[in-house]
Amino acid sequence: MLILTCPYCGVDAEETELAPGGEAHLKRFGPGASDEEFRDYLFARENPKGVHFERWRHAHGCGKWFHAARCTMTLEVFGTYPAQTTKPPKAIREAITAKRPGWTWREFE
Amino acid sequence: MSEPISALPGARHDGLARIEEAGLQGMITLRGDLATKPVKAAVAAATGGKTPGLRGVAAGKTGTALWMSPDELLLLCPYDEVAQRLEKVTAALGDAHALAVDVSDARAMFSVSGPAAREVLAKLCPVDLSPQAFAPGVVRRSRMAQVPAAIWMPDAQGFRVICFRSVARYAFDLLGAAAQPGSAVGVY
Repeated sequence: MLILTCPYCGVDAEETELAPGGEAHLKRFGPGASDEEFRDYLFARENPKGVHFERWRHAHGCGKWFHAARCTMTLEVFGTYPAQTTKPPKAIREAITAKRPGWTWREFE
Repeated sequence: MSEPISALPGARHDGLARIEEAGLQGMITLRGDLATKPVKAAVAAATGGKTPGLRGVAAGKTGTALWMSPDELLLLCPYDEVAQRLEKVTAALGDAHALAVDVSDARAMFSVSGPAAREVLAKLCPVDLSPQAFAPGVVRRSRMAQVPAAIWMPDAQGFRVICFRSVARYAFDLLGAAAQPGSAVGVY
């Protein structure tokens, strides 16, 4: 069972109270983009074994979207942070580096 | 004008805990930036009290304000005063970017009381309901089995549960089943 702390209401919400929103930090490609960019935006996902960034919604609580950094292999949660950002905050990246030195995920490290 | 009627008038169940439909309750949803003056003034106009903080319950002189999300409050007042309070709230908000709506008839409210009330709710919600974690002054939105619900304690004796009116019967039956005599777990 995954337990994530909602950064908006501070509740330790368990998985059944949340709605998954897929991969985080997608860069949007729309009109004017190449076919390859648009294809990758729609379909290409990291699907890693290890460090991963996801979107979640506190559906049965405050209703807000947030981001979570976790390990897909051990279900360890490195931290959660508000969705109004295009990259993981420094504190989260440092927390991951402490546990998984040398990790990379898309353009982040 | 038709006669207002609550979701399950007079419904009551006695088991491990006493579950009662709480009858007509005035509720106003207020959305906006909770840190701004117009919103605080609107809360004061409706409840005669302060704006609650994170997950807080603020009881005022004439009503109660419940924290629903970072930009949403639920204001409780007597049912027959809703229209009048809503007018005051709208006036206090002025031209601020905020919204106040009467949702009294869209919700159902239950009271769960008795020594095992904590346990009855703990069976249904994925929430830490231990006395250390959940006490009067805290409101928690969560799910009760399959439906969303908001729970708080108006006093140390019992709980209040708000759910959507369309699932009132489901919620009442759920609470009744959780309060079935002989099904005590004895955690709290």
